[in-house]
Amino acid sequence: MAKITFITTDNKTINLEGTSGSVMQLAVDNGVPGIDGDCGGVCSCATCHVHVAPEHVGKTGEASEIEEDMLDLNDYSNERSRLCCQLEISDALNGLVLQVAESD
Amino acid sequence: MKKSALPDPFEEARVNKGYGEMDDQNDPVTMILGLKDLRKCAHNWKTFQSGAEPGRIVIPSEVNIRDTRQIPFEVDPPEHKDFRALVEPWFKRPLEADYKAALTQQINDIVDEVLTKDSVEVVGEFSLRLQSRALTLLLNIPYEESETWISWGTHVFRSEGEALDGDKANILYDYIDERISKAIENPGSDLYSMLLAATVNGKKLTREEVKGVMILTFAGGRDTVINAVTNSIAYFAEHPESLDKLLGDPDITGKAVEELIRYFSPLTQMGRVATEDTQVCEYAIKEDTRISLCWASANRDAKVFENPNDVVLDRKINPHVAFGFSHHNCLGATHARQIMNILLTTLAKKVKSIDIIDYKENIEELGEFKRKVGYDNLTVKFHTR
Ligand code: HEM
Ligand code: HEM
Ligand code: FES
Repeated sequence: MAKITFITTDNKTINLEGTSGSVMQLAVDNGVPGIDGDCGGVCSCATCHVHVAPEHVGKTGEASEIEEDMLDLNDYSNERSRLCCQLEISDALNGLVLQVAESD
Repeated sequence: MKKSALPDPFEEARVNKGYGEMDDQNDPVTMILGLKDLRKCAHNWKTFQSGAEPGRIVIPSEVNIRDTRQIPFEVDPPEHKDFRALVEPWFKRPLEADYKAALTQQINDIVDEVLTKDSVEVVGEFSLRLQSRALTLLLNIPYEESETWISWGTHVFRSEGEALDGDKANILYDYIDERISKAIENPGSDLYSMLLAATVNGKKLTREEVKGVMILTFAGGRDTVINAVTNSIAYFAEHPESLDKLLGDPDITGKAVEELIRYFSPLTQMGRVATEDTQVCEYAIKEDTRISLCWASANRDAKVFENPNDVVLDRKINPHVAFGFSHHNCLGATHARQIMNILLTTLAKKVKSIDIIDYKENIEELGEFKRKVGYDNLTVKFHTR
């Protein structure tokens, strides 16, 4: 079980709990604005872009090269960017805070 | 070679030099073939623009057959963003429960119907009808209207044997003009009326702009969806085990949709016009010449995809560009994905196997390359599960 907090682009806080699946799916199932998950989580659409809170970067680990390449060409990405379809929910993510990234 | 296979004609050029060349009506095109290069060029709209002379970024070029600017397709940022913001909520409607239910009903009905027949010509009797009926949902207009679009046949822009046909394109343009006039007289809850009532940057859309959006919706969503659906039928005919797999493990359906679309890449390429002298893969691109973003080649790039020429139904990481990349990514993707998702679910439930009886491949001639993009016709027999 992991508690995960999303902060939307208009600064609303949404607290969710999940046990399995991807963080993107959790967000989509609960209608978190700004997380669309268009490609269903295969790392093709970047509509699941989040910024990991600085103190939690250790929890999520690093993006793969393929994910990194997608983020490189995103106008709103920074060094704490992740595509949250690539984050598997597990106890290790408990307490994670994610800021939903802006998009066009 | 399996009948359903779509070979990759670009591999050698992609690996050896990264680009290809083709002429098109004396306006040559440098085709960008690798995934990373393509993404960079697609993202760099300042150097590689879409907002060139109307028709020029389409290959084969349409500068001689139209003047209407397609919106948002032939508009660059920042205006592009405002047009997208206007139409995007509308094009997300396929996610709504009612829309999904109506589309499921349509696809159920047509699959039930073809299951009763001895033979079915898939392109005309299945894919075109399915695509046209589904489009009534996207436009939010009566189902009966699809009869008109079906009667145009598959080649609404061309006559047999001719690449581009201005007269035929006029059928569509005249039709849309007439529908816009009707919507002005009698506004409803359809896409025409929504656009006619809309403002972008405080200005009402002009009639010409509304026409641009509507033509694009018809043009962009027609052959692409028809090819995706037809190629899926050919694939399942030769891979009945995939139908069983989808039935047994429906959770992979979303991944299967992405993988089939990657493999089929129904839109081979789209052009851009260089606004300055520049370089791609150390190759000089001159100002006011064309490049193309070759989605079909990038989607087979072995630097990114393992076994790129295999359909791996549950491919987990699949950063394909079949729906484009960056600002202009496909506006109709939500609709197209929903069609494919429901189609796969329905086929898996109802169909045991499919026999291919006869077929003729549709091969695009692209300069040094020949690419199979689908079928001119595909005759099959469906067997009930
Ligand atoms: C499997 C089906 C489809 C595929 C593979 C596909 C592919 C693409 C691609 C690659 C682009 C990018 C073009 C560029 O960068 O210049 C695009 C754009 C577009 N597509 Fe699709 N498409 C499909 C279905 C549809 C449908 C069903 C519609 C609408 C009914 C549609 C409407 C559009 C529009 C309006 C654009 C332009 C978006 C913009 O410029 O902002 N497409 N499509
Ligand atoms: C106003 C805009 C457009 C017009 C007038 C137009 C016109 C045409 C014409 C004339 C053809 C036939 C070409 C030939 O036979 O060689 C064609 C084919 C095609 N178009 Fe477009 N097009 C438009 C926009 C788009 C867009 C936005 C997309 C996708 C995003 C698209 C995807 C395709 C595809 C996939 C084919 C079929 C290739 C094949 O099966 O041979 N078109 N279009
Ligand atoms: S959901 Fe598409 S990249 Fe994450």
